[in-house]
Amino acid sequence: MTEYRPTIGLEVHCELSTATKLFCGCPNEFGAEPNTNICPVCLGLPGSLPVLNATAVEFALRLAEALSFTVPERSIFARKNYFYPDMPKDYQVSQYEAPILTDGVLDVGGTTIRIERAHLEEDTGKSQHIGGGGRIHGADHSLIDYNRAGVPLMEIVSRPDITSAEQARGYATELRAVLLAIGVSDVKMEEGSMRVDANVSVRPVGDTGELGTKVEVKNMNSIRSLGRAIDHEIERQVAALESSERIVQETRHWDEADGTTHGMRNKEGSSDYRYFPEPDLLPVAPTEEQRAQVRDSRPELPAAKRARLVAEWGLAEHDARVLVDVPYLADYAQAAVATLSGGTPKDVANWCTGEVLAYLNESGLSPEVLPLAPDGLAELVGLVADGTLSRSLAKDVLDEALREPKRPKQIIEERGLAQVSDEGELAAVIDAVIDANADTVESYRSGDDKARKKKRGFLMGEAMKATKGQGNPQLLNRLLDDRLA
Amino acid sequence: MSAPATDLVASVRSGTERARDVVEARLADIEARDPELHAFLLVLADDARVAADAVDAAVAVGDDPGPLAGVPVVLKDNLCVRGTPTTCGSRILDGWRPPYTATVVDRIKQAGGIVLGKTNLDEFAMGSSTENSAFGPTRNPHDPSRVPGGSSGGSAAAVAAGFGLLGLGSDTGGSIRQPAALCGVVGVKPTYGMVSRYGLVAFASSLDQIGPFATTVEDAARLLDVIAGPDPFDSTCIADAPPMLEPMLRDGVAGLRIGIVEELTDVDGVQPEVRAAVEAAAAALEAAGASVERVSVPSTVYGLSAYYLIAPAEASSNLARYDGVRYGLRVDAEDVATMNAATRAAGFGTEVKRRIMLGTYALSAGYYDAYYGQAQRIRTLIIRDLARVYESRDVLLSPTSPTVAFEVGAKTADPLSMYLSDVCTIPTNLAGHAAMSVPWGTGAASLPVGVQVLAPALGEAVMFRVAQALEEAAP
Amino acid sequence: MARLARLALTPEEVERLTGELGVILDHAGDVSALDLGDVEPTAHPLPLVNVLRADEVRPTLDRDEVLAAAPDAEDGRFRVPRILDAP
Repeated sequence: MTEYRPTIGLEVHCELSTATKLFCGCPNEFGAEPNTNICPVCLGLPGSLPVLNATAVEFALRLAEALSFTVPERSIFARKNYFYPDMPKDYQVSQYEAPILTDGVLDVGGTTIRIERAHLEEDTGKSQHIGGGGRIHGADHSLIDYNRAGVPLMEIVSRPDITSAEQARGYATELRAVLLAIGVSDVKMEEGSMRVDANVSVRPVGDTGELGTKVEVKNMNSIRSLGRAIDHEIERQVAALESSERIVQETRHWDEADGTTHGMRNKEGSSDYRYFPEPDLLPVAPTEEQRAQVRDSRPELPAAKRARLVAEWGLAEHDARVLVDVPYLADYAQAAVATLSGGTPKDVANWCTGEVLAYLNESGLSPEVLPLAPDGLAELVGLVADGTLSRSLAKDVLDEALREPKRPKQIIEERGLAQVSDEGELAAVIDAVIDANADTVESYRSGDDKARKKKRGFLMGEAMKATKGQGNPQLLNRLLDDRLA
Repeated sequence: MSAPATDLVASVRSGTERARDVVEARLADIEARDPELHAFLLVLADDARVAADAVDAAVAVGDDPGPLAGVPVVLKDNLCVRGTPTTCGSRILDGWRPPYTATVVDRIKQAGGIVLGKTNLDEFAMGSSTENSAFGPTRNPHDPSRVPGGSSGGSAAAVAAGFGLLGLGSDTGGSIRQPAALCGVVGVKPTYGMVSRYGLVAFASSLDQIGPFATTVEDAARLLDVIAGPDPFDSTCIADAPPMLEPMLRDGVAGLRIGIVEELTDVDGVQPEVRAAVEAAAAALEAAGASVERVSVPSTVYGLSAYYLIAPAEASSNLARYDGVRYGLRVDAEDVATMNAATRAAGFGTEVKRRIMLGTYALSAGYYDAYYGQAQRIRTLIIRDLARVYESRDVLLSPTSPTVAFEVGAKTADPLSMYLSDVCTIPTNLAGHAAMSVPWGTGAASLPVGVQVLAPALGEAVMFRVAQALEEAAP
Repeated sequence: MARLARLALTPEEVERLTGELGVILDHAGDVSALDLGDVEPTAHPLPLVNVLRADEVRPTLDRDEVLAAAPDAEDGRFRVPRILDAP
């Protein structure tokens, strides 16, 4: 059987977090009432004209700085002409032959993945399909909202250097972290402010000639989904080739529910976008001054942040990676560390990469909207450090604090959970347990090592029960040993 | 020499005349004579009265009503006016009311100008006779059996007939200048970028400019001074404020160097009386102290072909938005693509469809370089040729239109013959330069003849000086 | 071509337009035949670059006024018949 090697390229569309749209002053915001952020320009009304947003250009220059792109002297906008109801002008203003950035690189776990180009373009409106279960096919009609029309996008196209689904996930994760670090996008895949499409082809191992037929795969809504879709597509292509079928060059739609890709209905005739230079916009020629300004205010990139967390907080590389990979989690941890009064940054990091992350995954929430504010986490860490809470109780408290807007101290009070560390109190408990379990104590004293361990464990359990789990375990152990000696 | 609009402003400002009286007289005249001419698609009688009253009120309390105070102005119906139907001469926008107003219209209103109404045009500004309007042609006031020219035929006719003292049109390949010549009025295409296009429904974005119609050069200068200048809503509008033209008008032409463009004047299609007018105009300038020579601008012979590739290409893209989704006509269908196609088939006229198809073809894969790409290179050649000529000449002269006004229906059977009407005006649009048409007497059957003055980009001042001298010398 | 331009043409229109376009393109053919290899195309008559605006919010349109112009609207949005194909 032939072995195949995949070749993967990724196209990332990222919505820029400017205050206004790319060519007009309408607010660039997610979730507004339909058709309330529109004007003659983004609605494409007859007679309207585009004017380029300076901050979008600045954001492109930030990306150039972060990923070592070449910034050609001049870039131009072009019209991509096609009809679709979510396109107000039935052409999209994009960049074609002269993009604003070329030839960047992204380091993914030690491997350099080349980025062919990045360009600016306007986003389209949003259509909702009614009557077919939300999907296009089988719908009765569609409703269009143009709030998103004209929002600035950066399209980032990698070269086909990616060689596995895992590496693709790594690329998307690292790129997402970079975009977040340089402050150009909120990269929320769940809101569509970052979209990833994959181009996948396979060819026999050892083949160095032409690449196999490439298939575009769209509609992956998370990085995990991206990996699954690519793996599936590779399998599908290999199976097809093994059965002597040809791979059709097409766009396939990933279906998360059934875990497969579907070919989209064949369009009548291929798309001829008839690109030509946008006559209503002038060329963009970034100045050395603009680039210097961006260079001077360079923020901390993910790789540097990871290294710093390892060095300053004593984290393992893996934990530092998790903190930086999950959007906003490192910020959350750093904010918590800033208000620490007891405990270490490493403690904070452990909670973040452990229980907090688990909750984020379960709830789909982002760290900036957690009910538990960073200083609340710091409070919890302090309470464990000073012995008020045992670690296992702290887990419990955290669980509630993550879900309800309650401070840890408040929860402890409400549930009376403060760890008991009063020696006198605990001694009394031990005495009571010993008195109530005389035979067990007898068995302990007369038993072998194995028996003693078992009996002692039982007694400890009773002591913990008596303190409703709040007894300081170290103290209880010592007091018990003293009494049993 | 009187300049009706300028003089009227002076009267209104001094209180000698009331804007309201002027408007009432114009409205009555329009009611009486426009049914035959059909210059207007929409008369805004109530709005005009309100605006006139406001001007009179300002004068009454001693406020400055502005440099266009009380002047009746007509607007080509491809200029957006908020809340007012704007059709572009097309069924596909029948009934559409824009929710915003074009920059130039705002400027006219702020200057005290009174908008009388929206005038007829070839559909989406595509044409040279106003016969392509979905709402019927406009007639030439000098001879109603003839066309007024196009595409801004309605504005040209309205000013020629005296309905308005000033008008606005748009010029992509000659659509202000050619109707100005055929109707015997002054028509100006400013330098590309001199006047904001925000609110002008686009035909060919790299060629379109808005410009004034008037009966005299001075009035045209006054209107251009009001509408020209930077606009943050138009990226292609020059950011520096241009110098005022009116003060420089009468500086005279002594010492100026004039060039008669051979390729535009000596060609076959130019009627003898038109050629004679250009020669006579040149002689008059010589008599006033200018020097005149014949010059050659060789690449202008390719102008027509380049224009009929670039303009339809840009138009095919600019007109894609008329799809029945957001405004205007919709012809219902089971699915949206069918709806789009049926709407556009029903809403667009023949010439528009022709140009959309031509433009789509010129941009299509495999043909882009041979057609659109080549046409853009021709543009470069024309710019270079003109730059070379302007090293030794200050302005150029040529006919505006090769012929005087032709009869309604005379050229509609053969699109190519209609396209030839623009041969003298097109090079200016391709180069982005300035040009204007000045009336120079009449030719056969007492039909008006226009002479074209051409200037390099931002050469409005010297162009207007020459035009003023021509007007003073004209028969 | 008509499909690309979303124009539903009748067979007569197709025939007539094909003829007319042919004539026009023949004339334009004198342009394609020229050897202009070293001439740069001009996309803009103006030698301007970098026309930008500040990233500041400006007034938006009133939704009711906009939807009043719509051929069909529902739920604050523009309504269209079913879309058969994704772009």
